[in-house]
Amino acid sequence: MKHRYLPTTEQDKKEMLETIGVNSIEELFADIPESVRFKGDLQVEKQLYEPELIRYMSKLASKNVNTIENASFLGAGVYDHAIPSVVDHVIRRSEFYTAYTPYQPEISQGELQAIFEFQTMICELTGMDVANSSMYDGPTALAEAGLLSAGQTKKKKIIVSKSVHPEARAVIDTYSKGQHLHVVEVDSVNGVTDLEKLKEEMDDETACVMVQYPNFFGQLEPLPELEKIVHEYKSMFVVSSNPLALGRLTPPGELGADIVVGDCQPFGIPAQFGGPHCGYFAVTKKLMRKVPGRLVGETKDEEGQRGFVLTLQAREQHIRRDKATSNICSNQALNALASSVAMSALGKEGVRKMAEQNIKKAHYAKTQLEKAGVATVFDGVYFNEFVVKLNGSVKELNKKLLTKGIIGGYDLGRDYPEYENHMLVAVTENRTKEEIDTFVKEVGGAQ
Amino acid sequence: MNTNQDQSLIFELSEPGRISYSLPELDVPELDLNEWLPEEFNRQNEPELPEVSELQLIRHYTALSKRNHGVDSGFYPLGSCTMKYNPKINEDVARYPGFAFIHPLQEEDTVQGALEMMYNLQQNLVAVTGMDEVTLQPAAGAHGEWTGLMMIRAYHEANGDFNRTKVIVPDSAHGTNPASATVAGFEAVTVKSNEKGIVDLEDLKRVVDEDTAALMLTNPNTLGLFEEDIIEMAQIIHSAGGKLYYDGANMNAIMGAARPGDMGFDVVHLNLHKTFTGPHGGGGPGSGPVGVKADLVPYLPKPVLVKEEDAYRFDYDRPDSIGRVKPYYGNFGINVRAYTYIRTMGPEGLKQVSENAVLNANYMMRRLQDAFVLPYTQHCKHEFVISGKKQKKLGVRTLDMAKRLLDFGYHPPTIYFPINVEECMMIEPTETESKETLDEFCDRLLQIAKEAEENPEIVQEAPHTTVIKRLDETTAARKPILRYQKA
Repeated sequence: MKHRYLPTTEQDKKEMLETIGVNSIEELFADIPESVRFKGDLQVEKQLYEPELIRYMSKLASKNVNTIENASFLGAGVYDHAIPSVVDHVIRRSEFYTAYTPYQPEISQGELQAIFEFQTMICELTGMDVANSSMYDGPTALAEAGLLSAGQTKKKKIIVSKSVHPEARAVIDTYSKGQHLHVVEVDSVNGVTDLEKLKEEMDDETACVMVQYPNFFGQLEPLPELEKIVHEYKSMFVVSSNPLALGRLTPPGELGADIVVGDCQPFGIPAQFGGPHCGYFAVTKKLMRKVPGRLVGETKDEEGQRGFVLTLQAREQHIRRDKATSNICSNQALNALASSVAMSALGKEGVRKMAEQNIKKAHYAKTQLEKAGVATVFDGVYFNEFVVKLNGSVKELNKKLLTKGIIGGYDLGRDYPEYENHMLVAVTENRTKEEIDTFVKEVGGAQ
Repeated sequence: MNTNQDQSLIFELSEPGRISYSLPELDVPELDLNEWLPEEFNRQNEPELPEVSELQLIRHYTALSKRNHGVDSGFYPLGSCTMKYNPKINEDVARYPGFAFIHPLQEEDTVQGALEMMYNLQQNLVAVTGMDEVTLQPAAGAHGEWTGLMMIRAYHEANGDFNRTKVIVPDSAHGTNPASATVAGFEAVTVKSNEKGIVDLEDLKRVVDEDTAALMLTNPNTLGLFEEDIIEMAQIIHSAGGKLYYDGANMNAIMGAARPGDMGFDVVHLNLHKTFTGPHGGGGPGSGPVGVKADLVPYLPKPVLVKEEDAYRFDYDRPDSIGRVKPYYGNFGINVRAYTYIRTMGPEGLKQVSENAVLNANYMMRRLQDAFVLPYTQHCKHEFVISGKKQKKLGVRTLDMAKRLLDFGYHPPTIYFPINVEECMMIEPTETESKETLDEFCDRLLQIAKEAEENPEIVQEAPHTTVIKRLDETTAARKPILRYQKA
């Protein structure tokens, strides 16, 4: 068949078969035993020509309610933020998106330098010494932090606060099973980790304690108090953090964290139904050689010119095989690039301003809801999310909100039976006062 | 490529006061955060992020892109990575608002189009692999390997089989295979290849016993050779109670010709960024769906996407599931691209893809076999390995030849992998390259082989035309500089 992606003509084929010394392509497959040869047609959907394909895919896409045409108050780990136009223009440059991992530094300086800049930005935001080139996403980065902690401390117990994202906790469970680690979850009180319960669980077998900052309920965990408890037992202090929030909040690196992970989705990456996003992984200098994934370092070439290379590769699977620090191979380079461009476009001032707008708008929404008679449940400090208690089901309210062009918040009862009929509301800088006021009116009216 | 010159870091271009953002002014009442935030949370040391104008930003990243080689820049025969053309329509479709701007926790009835796409993709991958069910949750190939091994472990444990601690991998396997086995809690055991480059059945029988959880195999293997004893291998593993794992990195060789499910494989992962045009993105994101046979279905990661009479929904009630391997439902954006590609090709097209990929590889192998050492002489599949042993005797290493290829605008093949062939070069042309491109590349490589004899310095000192010369990797690792620090 002729196809626009397949350049080999009949004449080419004839000449090539001649050089190979066979009469047909079929002969090249003769080493596949007859009994396992596939006969007949693959039951794959039929080919569509480009115009048909565009129509069909557009139709599928249009069946989904999107956050461009609707005002989203849904967060819970994935947020609707402004994405500067420049981001997509940069990541659509095919020199970036059609390249592989920069194993040949002489012709990959662009990618390597972009990653080096990304690593620097993550260090700046988190207050940590070293950041890697990226991970699949925040939750798998957190799970890998558990494996690193267990390896480093030679201890088997991992304590996770229940105010960590429920899907992240589920991923931690799966990873831990593989390594025969024992995961213990600690309850929260008033929306943050219960320090007394944490103390009860701490012992000499504890490899690490994991908390989220801001946590799943939007609240700021008491990192200074947590740090004291964790380090008293010589455990590792692991903090999962929204990097945008760190544009305004004291970074975990300044509050004694050993490992800081999170997801860069708030910087320039669309929600795209949950992936691909972009995990980051940052550590203290002491842990530099234990980091999973790829690291880019600065060096010089034979003529003394500055250049960048993948470095400390002796940690990685393609060198160390079964002794590697992780099995991770690919990273999220293109999304790390998107985040770098977004962070550069926002810049020092813009990142701070955007983080501040998130707090201010969330604060406005929360205050207005309270005024409208809606019950809010936690009284601590928060970033861009907070919890409200409804009289009825979240699902029903969200159905009603959608008719007003609003995507409502997250139903906390899905993961926390004690919070049935509680909605986690996210308010980013993208929500206008008008949208917030409509949301308040509708939610307030339903109470 | 650029002339030799340093490209400033974006931090070095930065000047206080410059911006390239455009956030609307705050439209809700002001709040004094210095007052509102408790002292311990009120950040004092501001992060030093760049301060540049929009044009400065664009020039910076454009300059970086010019210092990078992608498939669109030129031939990229990187073995085992399937660097094929990345169709432009895939990029367009993935950016439709109904795919790019949907939240994973929206109510299911508001994302039926997304679920339908995922379901269809799963069914297509079932058809290509011959497995019974597919999950799209794993983020990449290595992540899929680990997911598959965790399912195999859960299967054995459900049978009361707690002593299966070993996973067998061939010496030619990808590094991720033994690494994934370790992370999944197994011990990796190596099985040797024979003189034909395929798994040595006698050695396999020697290492297989009642402790064997699984054999991980790439077929065709990393030498580009089809493991023709696959039926016997499956028998050996299955009769010992083990499972057979298929590393789908090399699926581009056999679509429509053979299916892992028909060869006796129990678990398969696919690299959608390879065979199904991902793209690679400079190292990711990828997508690594996993397919399983019926007896492993209960252990699939949850949630599982199900089709009901008039709607698609996620089933969370899966008591035997290994749990979640990733938040949400996998790398959806990459899966949209892969599905678009599959629909662009159709069943006939996919078959043609593999036929042409195999034709291209065999053609190049025969053109190069006399100038280099061909360790395995049988027909290859989608890739092949040649050795630079002859050139090494002349003082020219495979690394040198790879660097010399850079001078001609090519990305070199994979080198020094697989680890069981000395001075090797692993070449995978893919089906999207024309005969002219293959010929030009072969001509250059033959020229380099000649240079190795007549003028070895030009190869040893390569590259000559790139923006940077060979880099000091030793110092980079000994005294790591992993971030920019203001002088």
